Amino acid sequence: MSCLIGKKIGMTSLFDEDGKHVSCTVIQAGPCSVIQIKTFEKDGYSSVQLGFDNQLEKNVSKPLYGHFKKAGVYPKKKILEFSGEFVNHIKLGDEIRINLFSEGEFVDVTGLSKGRGFQGVVKRHHFSGVGERTHGQHNRLRSPGSIGAGSDPSRVFKGTKMGGRMGYKNVTVKNLKVLKIVLERNLIVLKGSVPGNNNTYLAIKKWK
Amino acid sequence: MHTLIKYVQEKYLSKKESPNFNTGDTITVFYEIKEGSKIRVQSFKGVVIKKKGEGYTATFSVRKMSGDVGVERLFIISQPNIKKIEVNKKGKVRRSKIYYFSKLRGKKSYIKEKRNSSLAERVE
Repeated sequence: MSCLIGKKIGMTSLFDEDGKHVSCTVIQAGPCSVIQIKTFEKDGYSSVQLGFDNQLEKNVSKPLYGHFKKAGVYPKKKILEFSGEFVNHIKLGDEIRINLFSEGEFVDVTGLSKGRGFQGVVKRHHFSGVGERTHGQHNRLRSPGSIGAGSDPSRVFKGTKMGGRMGYKNVTVKNLKVLKIVLERNLIVLKGSVPGNNNTYLAIKKWK
Repeated sequence: MHTLIKYVQEKYLSKKESPNFNTGDTITVFYEIKEGSKIRVQSFKGVVIKKKGEGYTATFSVRKMSGDVGVERLFIISQPNIKKIEVNKKGKVRRSKIYYFSKLRGKKSYIKEKRNSSLAERVE
């Protein structure tokens, strides 16, 4: 496994070798510092804890500052833990850079999706709404319809799709192609879109 | 726009010298097309319906009459296969997006030419 923490910068479009127009996302990824390495013997599972984006020392709580000090790194804004063993041999306090990935590879990206508030079933679960606009309908065009049988279960089953809060959840997009890597600015350009607003933190993973 | 996005665009997209044209102008776009292994240059002459966006991702669409059928084509300004853009005629229109133009046929779809303007002279 190889992983990095990044920040979504925004979207633009480039042209591929065939001259096709492809939309892409620009992510500023790394440099990340290794804050903690958990091993199976000591912690019961193996994982790597990475930190990204420097932050002022005065803004960090003392216990957290001690955690950074142990690894000998500058305090970070975002800490993420990646399960599994890192593909390269790494030590505590190491700096991981974008050269981990190469152009043409496929990566998975996880991020917090945009919050959409309370939404109905048509938007939230892709229901098609109730029938037609006329022929006896007057106020139920986007309603869910029946939510189950009547007197037999005498209740609504758990997990029935209804309206509610939508978005603001961790979403993973798999197999995004790496179009370009800009080493001098720590940028990675991925084909397609990634979850979340601009400036949101993202976890970029490659399973190998 | 974010400076880092601008940086990516400047690195991987090429900005070609294109003449100054506006909505209502008649232009010819010369672009390359691939036919098997051969590459040849094709031209598309028509009226500019709209210009949209800015910088490297700006687009413009051109409309021409191919016999009785109208054909509209969208071009991106940084498209690598565009070889040349020629301005044939400066048109006099009152809107920046002349969508109404695609409904007009025959004599009505005539756009007055902008004359005596310094820009038109420079093009010629």
